[in-house]
Amino acid sequence: MAQRQLTGTRIRERRLSIGVRQADLAARVGISGSYLNLIEHNRRRIAGKLVAQIAEALGVEPAALSEGAEADLITQLHDAWGGGAGAMEDVAAEEFVGRFPGWAGLLAERHRRVGDLERTVATLTDRLNHDPYLAAALHEMLTTVTAIRSTAGILAETREIEPQWQDRFHRNLDEDSGRLAQSARALAGYLEGAADSGSVPASPQEELEMFLAERSYHFAELEKLESGGAITALLGAAETLKSAGAQALARNWLEQYRRDAQRLSLQALMPLMEKGLVDPWAVAQAAGVPLQVAMRRMATLPEREGIERFGMVSCDAAGSFTFRKPLPDFPLPRHGAGCPLWPLYSALCRPLTPMRGTLELTGQQHGAVRAFAMAAPKEDGNGAEELPLIEAHMLLVGGDGGSAERPKERARLVGVACRICSKDNCEGRREPSILREGV
Amino acid sequence: MGKQVLVIEDEPNIIEAISFLLMRDGWTVATHSNGRDAVDIVRARRPDLLILDVMLPGKSGYEILSELRADAALAELPVLMLTARGQAKDREMAERIGASRFMTKPFSNAEMLDALHQLVPGA
Repeated sequence: MAQRQLTGTRIRERRLSIGVRQADLAARVGISGSYLNLIEHNRRRIAGKLVAQIAEALGVEPAALSEGAEADLITQLHDAWGGGAGAMEDVAAEEFVGRFPGWAGLLAERHRRVGDLERTVATLTDRLNHDPYLAAALHEMLTTVTAIRSTAGILAETREIEPQWQDRFHRNLDEDSGRLAQSARALAGYLEGAADSGSVPASPQEELEMFLAERSYHFAELEKLESGGAITALLGAAETLKSAGAQALARNWLEQYRRDAQRLSLQALMPLMEKGLVDPWAVAQAAGVPLQVAMRRMATLPEREGIERFGMVSCDAAGSFTFRKPLPDFPLPRHGAGCPLWPLYSALCRPLTPMRGTLELTGQQHGAVRAFAMAAPKEDGNGAEELPLIEAHMLLVGGDGGSAERPKERARLVGVACRICSKDNCEGRREPSILREGV
Repeated sequence: MGKQVLVIEDEPNIIEAISFLLMRDGWTVATHSNGRDAVDIVRARRPDLLILDVMLPGKSGYEILSELRADAALAELPVLMLTARGQAKDREMAERIGASRFMTKPFSNAEMLDALHQLVPGA
């Protein structure tokens, strides 16, 4: 039905636009004028052969009169209508497409663009909601405001309040208002800074991180033995890796991934993971590979039901992050260095010495995280005569490791980064927190 | 002897203000400030009412509430949850787990007292 209506309308439009009379066109294709009239008003089905004859007479391709590209356009118009009031009539969409293809195309194009923009807004909103700095700063402000409001309410509404209580509440108010002023300033500063950087990755390292996160840190292409051109193909297809620097970083990273995959294949690793092993030393021993290889492989497992999800952070000898894969329970700072209390940095001081610890994040309501760390010479080092460059890795997994056989370890209280850490009297603090006064 | 309320909240100045307010209102107030052993404290103290913050060090208020509701002896304990996040999904989450009342920070003292009186009539 749809096709019939549409084709008739288009024949009429085309005929009128080139100034041919209905009777003349009917005569040229050998049908009666009244029959053509019925066709043009979509009241008679029109067969393929007749469409071809009419198309020839009107000087257009038969496809221009029948279905084709327009079907797509109609579907898109229906999508676009989705948000409008009432039901759109099929006939209306088809007539619109038939009579004003340009405008219909424009409308569909605008509709697609709106969809793209809506997705961008959703992504940005999501990012804003999950920005650990922002969330922590806002929570801190609301908490302080709550204390101020309640305390001020007591002072204003309570008759006959003892002087020592009154003094104490005045002191609390002074303290809390100071805290509020400071966190508000810090938040304003942070937002101004964030507006400049926007959502565009600022460095090749960030481009690489975005790329790896998009791919969920796993590359099935590189798990096969013959993966000759796979890295080049991956790099070519990666829209996130725009700069030459990011491409070079990603090539190094993927080559390391492939070397690791050849040393410890998924076939060998998965059975260990399915047994519930989370300790990379046990995995390294069982598989006969160096510890850092086991850690990197565990951090890049495919996401699968029943398989533990690991986070990982690596840094070079200068303490700069070279790899970041955060866990929901253990966010990692985007810029700057982490918390000096992390075993990652202890490991950096004692290469080839495995470290482990149970960590608890300040200000987190989540559970503890177990960390396994070791520093080792970089394996892709070129120039054996030079001093080897050290790289430290820390593998993270949720849970405190407590079990019936082994009592859980005492968790060490650490932060994500000084700026959003509330730990008091911390010997590792190097800059003031936006959450608390003082260093 | 007034009814007993237990306040689990980690911000000292909020604890101080709420404690003062509730004492003046005739409650016996106990406080606790971390999530880890909160469930044990509730079991030991058996309060008539629990005020529970969502963001606590060690364990979240949601986890604590789930554990409390799983215990038949504590399934009926009136619980007022406090949170700085007032989105609908946080509220739904609290209701699903079994919060008796959900209050967003900052709140007014009168709101807080009204809520407590509704939760424990005759207090």
